[in-house]
Amino acid sequence: MLGVIVGSATAARIGRAFVPYLLATIPLIASILLVNTFLYPGATDRIVVLGPIAPTWTGLEAATQAALRVVAFAMSVALLGLTTSADHLVADLERRGAGRRLIFVVGSTLRMVPRMIERAVEITEAQRARGLDTEGHAWRRVRGIVPLAGPLIFGALTDVEELTMALEARGFSAPVRRTAIRTFPDSPGQRIARWVIGVGALALLALSIGGRLAGLP
Amino acid sequence: MSLVLREVRYRYAGSARAALDGIDLILEPGTVLGVVGANEAGKSTLCLVAAGLAPATIGGRLEGTVTIDDLATSSARPHDLAQRCGILFQNPATQLSGTAATVWEEVAFAPRNLGLPLDEIVDRVESALAALRIEHLAERDPQRLSGGQAQLVALAGVLVLRPRYLVLDEPTSQLDPLGTRLVGEALTGLVEATGAGILVVEHKTDLLAGLAATIAVLAGGRVALSGPATDILADDALEALGVEPPSRVRLERAARHAGVSLPAAV
Repeated sequence: MLGVIVGSATAARIGRAFVPYLLATIPLIASILLVNTFLYPGATDRIVVLGPIAPTWTGLEAATQAALRVVAFAMSVALLGLTTSADHLVADLERRGAGRRLIFVVGSTLRMVPRMIERAVEITEAQRARGLDTEGHAWRRVRGIVPLAGPLIFGALTDVEELTMALEARGFSAPVRRTAIRTFPDSPGQRIARWVIGVGALALLALSIGGRLAGLP
Repeated sequence: MSLVLREVRYRYAGSARAALDGIDLILEPGTVLGVVGANEAGKSTLCLVAAGLAPATIGGRLEGTVTIDDLATSSARPHDLAQRCGILFQNPATQLSGTAATVWEEVAFAPRNLGLPLDEIVDRVESALAALRIEHLAERDPQRLSGGQAQLVALAGVLVLRPRYLVLDEPTSQLDPLGTRLVGEALTGLVEATGAGILVVEHKTDLLAGLAATIAVLAGGRVALSGPATDILADDALEALGVEPPSRVRLERAARHAGVSLPAAV
């Protein structure tokens, strides 16, 4: 899987962009390596003895497997994020006939995050203008969150009701196929690659379930 | 053929008080009906009921009848009414779908939902943007517009369906004087060009004075006054009902009070 990700990232020329994502996994990978290598339950094949603790080969192997899975997962998410804009993802889902509710949920969720952040900033500034202390000591910051949460959550819920009505008034529930307005280039090579990756993933999954890859990461 | 409310009473779910209490109104195609009133008078509720969204999407109890060209809203689903009656809310942030990458796509949201052919969608979107003179916003991100721009885009998103009736809940609440005048001109042009009937809730009585043929004043969920706009906007009872008369009426009153005669052109 890592090979596919690296190959795809190379083809998309986004190798350098991966670096921050790789760095972000370091704390998690370090903890996985330490915990498994030194504290793997029942392992006796010690690599070296360091006083009361001893790393084991079994633990190191398990840690390596887990770490590779974490890296593969993180990199696959990063690959999607770096190569596919939210708008393109939604448009392509639509073109492929995905339900309009699924498309709306995906599209609005991806676009809602920055809006919620902006609203949180606005409320924080409004609260601060009224004398609320939202900076400084950690406890003060925690107390500052309480008056922020109410307007943010209730404001979002009110928005949802109005948005629902507006969507209905704009034919959102109409029982017809939505008109697609975007098309994307899809070369034969891309289609073949998708099929190969999909079939390969299924084959690996089947082999893994069958136990043949039990010893591989 | 008109949008008719007969003996309409509406109560929100969980509320003991009727938000609308015996409303009788008729909106004819090709006319503009202005609705004014103090806060909590029932203006926004009237918009929801007239457009068939209440109780269909928010629940509550509706008595009386609301018909749009003889189709009872109680027997139609909101998407069936979408091309008959469009509605614009006060807050453009909740009117926009939140899923479109550009203003053009945002305006195209409704006709796409109805599965209209692509060439017709293109024609309608271009026309709606041109009607409000916002073609220059077509490629902008809808989430990065000013309040006034977002309101105009939201209005274009309603106009694009070319409904026979429009219900507008304070369409100029976030617009500056220029934007307000632009919307007023666009609505007048829309009525003349398409024969649409418009019910517009507005606090800006100066706008209504130049736009609406008839005015209804709501108070406590009832129609307290209704009639030709020139008469209602000059009615002495208007201020007591929480509505500020147009500047022209106030100027005439002030001049009369001071014993000054104004030239007829004012």
